[in-house]
Amino acid sequence: MSERFATRGFVGRRRTPARGQRVPPGQYLANDFPVLSAGPTPHTPLADWSFSVEGLLSKSVTWTWDEFKALPSREFVVDISCVTKWTKLDTRWQGVSVDTLLEHVELDRKAAFVIAFSDGGYTTNLPIADVVNDRAFVAFSYDGGPLPPEHGGPVRLVVPHLYFWKSAKWVRGLRIVERDQPGF
Amino acid sequence: MAALNWQIVTVTAVRDETPRVRTLSLLVPSWQSHRPGQHVDIRLTAEDGYQAQRSYSIASAPSDQPVIDLSIELIEDGEVSPFLHDEVVVGDRFEVRGPIGGYFVWDGAGTDPLLLVAGGSGIVPLMAMVRHRAQIGSSVPCTLLYSSRTPEDINYSDELQRLDAREDGLRVIHTLTRSQPQGWTGYSRRIDMRMIGEMLEGTGRMAQAFVCGPTPLVESVAESLVNIGLAPSQVRTERFGPTGA
Repeated sequence: MSERFATRGFVGRRRTPARGQRVPPGQYLANDFPVLSAGPTPHTPLADWSFSVEGLLSKSVTWTWDEFKALPSREFVVDISCVTKWTKLDTRWQGVSVDTLLEHVELDRKAAFVIAFSDGGYTTNLPIADVVNDRAFVAFSYDGGPLPPEHGGPVRLVVPHLYFWKSAKWVRGLRIVERDQPGF
Repeated sequence: MAALNWQIVTVTAVRDETPRVRTLSLLVPSWQSHRPGQHVDIRLTAEDGYQAQRSYSIASAPSDQPVIDLSIELIEDGEVSPFLHDEVVVGDRFEVRGPIGGYFVWDGAGTDPLLLVAGGSGIVPLMAMVRHRAQIGSSVPCTLLYSSRTPEDINYSDELQRLDAREDGLRVIHTLTRSQPQGWTGYSRRIDMRMIGEMLEGTGRMAQAFVCGPTPLVESVAESLVNIGLAPSQVRTERFGPTGA
């Protein structure tokens, strides 16, 4: 009903064309980094921290913090978009590609989905196809420094091509499953 | 679902709360009653179809429906808040959908004491809870700890004073972090763990806490609450406004 409705006097601030093309329709450009979460931020000491890949595998694997940091990592420069309407361009991360993690395991042929599980009991579910082929990584650094806890540190999953709420904060592992299960 | 459909609302009143915060009262034609703490999305559309969308918390109690109040902080380099502050007058129309959100809400059920902690314009959703609590005659003990920079930055100042004076179990505690009036005897520092501990004296560890404000405040308050002994599930947070990375 409201397709043709206009608010008196509203013009809005148009994007410069170069950047505008990169911001999805309806998103606005954020220069800061909004935080979205519903409760206290978990703080797991790095000495107690580990990261696992488990589930439909021949054998699960767990890394300590030092082992995880020793995995091959690289820089990722990506645009991120949140379902709450902001988009941030050229965010710079250092992380381990999910492909690298999966090289350490042998997936069962029934494997179809991955559940990212986090400190605090949060889970996020994704089709495996969305996180392989270098389309997702586990980040431990943001903008040249350690990833701050309120942004998901020590590590978070980053899946740039999906809305940012799929980029699980405080992620502690990936569980490989056959069927989709609703996340938090 | 009405909540997910855009509907055209009409501005029925405009009121300045502080030099930087303006409240718009909106008549929403088919409003499904909200729960205190929820927000709405608003959408502005230019003549050529260009649109901007933002989320704002509802400040009013459900009993005021079909009118809802949104209190909007002016963000100087923003796109939407300067328009809502400088351009919008009574009678203007734009689109709203909601209410939205099911976690950061308190609707009067339960007997656990409430601890509400607000930083700046983070007061808005908590004000809806305080107003609702008064409307329904709840006697649930409630402490509102509200951090503002200066006395002029306190939203709903007179109303909070009146509600506090009812002595119905609501306690309003201010801290003024940047400047204080002559003779001020209250807190004049950022909220810290000692202050949070003092708020919880008497209510013990059973409190249900709602924390809303800028990210650094929310992080530090939520962490203090957990360190003092509240379970993470007793601490609900909502973050507002610009943040550092």
